[in-house]
Amino acid sequence: MSKGILIEDLSKSFGATLVLDDVSLSIAPGEFVTIVGASGCGKSTLLRILAGLEMADSGVIACGDKEITGPGVERAMVFQDYSLFPWLSVMGNVLFSRRLAANAHDNLALERDAEEKRAALLLSLIGLSKVKDAYPTQLSGGMRQRVAIARALMSKPAVLLMDEPFGALDAQTREVMQDLVLEVARNEGTTVVFVTHDVEEAIYLGSRIVLMAPYPGRVDCIYDVPFSRNRDMSIRIAPTFLDLKRRIMNRVRDTVANSFDGVDQALTG
Amino acid sequence: MKTDRVSSTPAERPPLSRRRRRKAPLWSIRGQVAPHTYVIMACIGIAVPFLAWVAVNALGTVPRIFMASPTDVALRFVSWLSNEGFGADFWTSVSRVSLGFLASLALALPLGLLSGTFKPAEALLEPAMDFVRYMPAVAFVPLMLLWCGVGETSKVAVIFVGTFFQMLLMFADDVRRVPMQQIEAAQTMGATRREVVYRVIFPSAAPAMLTTCRITLGWAWTYLVVAEMVAANSGLGYAILKAQRFLQTDKIFAGLIVIGVIGLVQDQVLRGLHKVLFPYLKGR
Repeated sequence: MSKGILIEDLSKSFGATLVLDDVSLSIAPGEFVTIVGASGCGKSTLLRILAGLEMADSGVIACGDKEITGPGVERAMVFQDYSLFPWLSVMGNVLFSRRLAANAHDNLALERDAEEKRAALLLSLIGLSKVKDAYPTQLSGGMRQRVAIARALMSKPAVLLMDEPFGALDAQTREVMQDLVLEVARNEGTTVVFVTHDVEEAIYLGSRIVLMAPYPGRVDCIYDVPFSRNRDMSIRIAPTFLDLKRRIMNRVRDTVANSFDGVDQALTG
Repeated sequence: MKTDRVSSTPAERPPLSRRRRRKAPLWSIRGQVAPHTYVIMACIGIAVPFLAWVAVNALGTVPRIFMASPTDVALRFVSWLSNEGFGADFWTSVSRVSLGFLASLALALPLGLLSGTFKPAEALLEPAMDFVRYMPAVAFVPLMLLWCGVGETSKVAVIFVGTFFQMLLMFADDVRRVPMQQIEAAQTMGATRREVVYRVIFPSAAPAMLTTCRITLGWAWTYLVVAEMVAANSGLGYAILKAQRFLQTDKIFAGLIVIGVIGLVQDQVLRGLHKVLFPYLKGR
């Protein structure tokens, strides 16, 4: 089901500003990759290019063996907020993709009752079976994001793209949501690309962490996370976890300082 | 909580009175009032000008011919109802407003949807519409009479001119306020361009569009009365104009009040419709 992602020599500019400079990255099927970096490093732009919502200026991007030329069912995206359809119930939101022509002839649509079963399964997985008829305005921020995740997963996407999905949530809700995403990703076997500015979140979720540097946005380095996919809260205080966190945070700080040097040089030179 | 009690010993505590329930002052900024308080105040707001009207008449400072008394107006309204053809005036006006407004809506809705969704449509439509919308609709009356004659078409045309351009631009703005995240979420779920427009943009903008309708329908009544006062031989506006010719101030008052009541009822109906159609906006 899940597919890998290949990015080679990808560049992107907005006007005269180079936001992504020669980015290359390959992600294996079923892998959970988190992307961190200071603001301006192009991490969100990279994700939006993978979603097909922005076009790259040059380079190769492919999902599985297919080049990415626009948005597609196999790459679902979860946004930070305001992406639920307020006029649809929780169930209506989760089933939204099923009412689109693009999904009319897949396995889910052809098997009898398969759609309802999967929607019910996802709702119980995110713990919202009881509020399936509620409208998004009646839910808390954390519940809304859970619905957004279930909705994105409904059509069994090969890749799940998440753009700071928990950035607007409070710290406690965020931890609950992180465990939920880990569980869902394990169950579904989906490839996940998760953008965050929170280094701890990046380590806790990712099997690999891509650190990007700003001005222009580029891949600075990649860290392997030395924990299995079956992890829990306890690793947050493990020495290896804290050591990795310290190293990444220092590196993020360095990339920002270096980019200031670059700006200084540009201004004086 | 316990530590609080320990640290603040009775000796340190300033003498504060222990009140059971605190009420926000009536005039607090953005404050709420109880429903019955609201109704009482609304009644005062209506009663004060009405009583002023009664008082002016009772004092007799203004001649009756300029300021009809409430009873005169009420009696005149009854005779208008029974033998001066109120029903005909009313239905003529209502049908003109409805036709003009619906014609506007039928054209402005698809064009506004296009204009708010696609940049080329915006470029083609909006600068031109902006130009026309600053021409007062009232100034189109002579032209409409010339083009459409003194029949029904000219009145409907004035209402159309008065509402269409504004409505199109307001619809386009309503559409532009649809959150980009909703549109992009649908796109990443595989929605086609057409599906995004019909299944996301339209339902998302619909509540704001109904509010736009409520506002422009009010304007439609203004333009109707203008059109009927210039060239008509029926309708509420015409009735008011004719009453002026015969110095029937009471009928002018009655006509104004009728139009006010129609506006009020229409507004409440559309607000009710808003609640029925978009129950999800209530929140928790």
